[in-house]
Amino acid sequence: MKEGYELIYQRPKTLTDTRMHYCPGCFHSTMHKLMMEVVEEMDLQENTIGVCPVGCSVFAYEYMNIDVQEAAHGRAAAVATGIKRIHPDKLVFSYQGDGDLAAIGTAETIHACNRGENFTFIFINNGIYGMTGGQMAPTTLVGQKTSTSPYGREPAKVGLPLKMAEIVSRFGRVAYVERVSCNTAANARKAKKAVRKAFEYQLQKLGTTFIEVASNCPSQWKCTPEESLDWIKDHVLPYFPLGVFKEPEKKEK
Amino acid sequence: MPQKGYVEISIEGCKGCNLCVISCPTDCLVLNTSDTNSFGLHYATLADEDKCIACLNCAVVCPDAAITVYRKIKSA
Repeated sequence: MKEGYELIYQRPKTLTDTRMHYCPGCFHSTMHKLMMEVVEEMDLQENTIGVCPVGCSVFAYEYMNIDVQEAAHGRAAAVATGIKRIHPDKLVFSYQGDGDLAAIGTAETIHACNRGENFTFIFINNGIYGMTGGQMAPTTLVGQKTSTSPYGREPAKVGLPLKMAEIVSRFGRVAYVERVSCNTAANARKAKKAVRKAFEYQLQKLGTTFIEVASNCPSQWKCTPEESLDWIKDHVLPYFPLGVFKEPEKKEK
Repeated sequence: MPQKGYVEISIEGCKGCNLCVISCPTDCLVLNTSDTNSFGLHYATLADEDKCIACLNCAVVCPDAAITVYRKIKSA
C-alpha cells in the first residue's frame, strides 16, 4: 500500500484463494463474491450453510469458505429444508441454476416455497444449460438459438420461458422475492443489497426468500462477456424485468 | 502520485473479461493485449492512475475478485 492511502475494498476473506473455474465474465463468480461479502459483513461465516446444485456451480464448495453440502440434481431445496429444520438458527441458502431449480427440481422448489421453508434461494437464471453444452432450458427466451433449438425456441412446441420469480411470489408463505442482475455496477450493488435483505429476513424467520439473478453465459451464448451484457439489456431484461415482487409489510411504529 | 485513489489488479487472478474496463467511468483501466498471465489470458491494468476516483465500480463487477482498491486519506 502506498503511503497516505487507505484500503477500501479487497477480496472477501469468506472466499477461498482457489481460482474459480468459471469462464471469464460469468456472473456465477460475481454472485459468489457478492454473497460472500454479505456473509463477511454480517459476521456469519461460522453460522452459514450453503447447498450447492449440479450444474456449472457444482464446485462452489471449493470457493466459498463456509460449510457447504452438495445435493443431488434438483434436490437442493429438499436438502436445504432438512438442514434448516435441524439447524433453525443457522443461515441456510440453496444456490441453484435454471436447469437445477426450474427444470429437474421444479417440484422441490414449488413445494419448499409453498411450505414456506425458512431459507434463501439464490437462483442463477442464464437461460441455457451452460455446463452440458448449451441446450435449451425452460428459461430460454423465445427465438433464442441453442444447440437443441437451432432455429430458435418455438413457443408452439415448447411453451414460453418460465418466470420463476413471478410464480413463487404467489405463494402465501414466501416472504421476499426479487429479481436482480449484475450487468452494470449499479445493478450489481442492488444485487448485493437484495442478498443482504434476504438473509436478514431469513434470520427474522419471516419465510422463504427468493433471489433470481438474470445471469449470462458468454461461452454458450457464443459471444464475448461485453456482448452478453448487451444481450441481457436488450433481450433478457424486457422479458424478465428486475424488481421486488414481494416484500414483507413493514411494521408501523 | 495518484490524485484520489488507485487500484491493484492481480495479474494471475484476472481472466481478461473486460467488464471492469467498460464499467470504469473515467476510462483509466485498459486490457493489456500485449502480454498474458500464466493461464494465457490478457489482463486488465491501471493505465492512468491520476484519473482513478476510487469509485469501486470495477471491484463490484469483477467476477473473480481480483481488484483491490485504495483511497487517499483526506487530510484534516
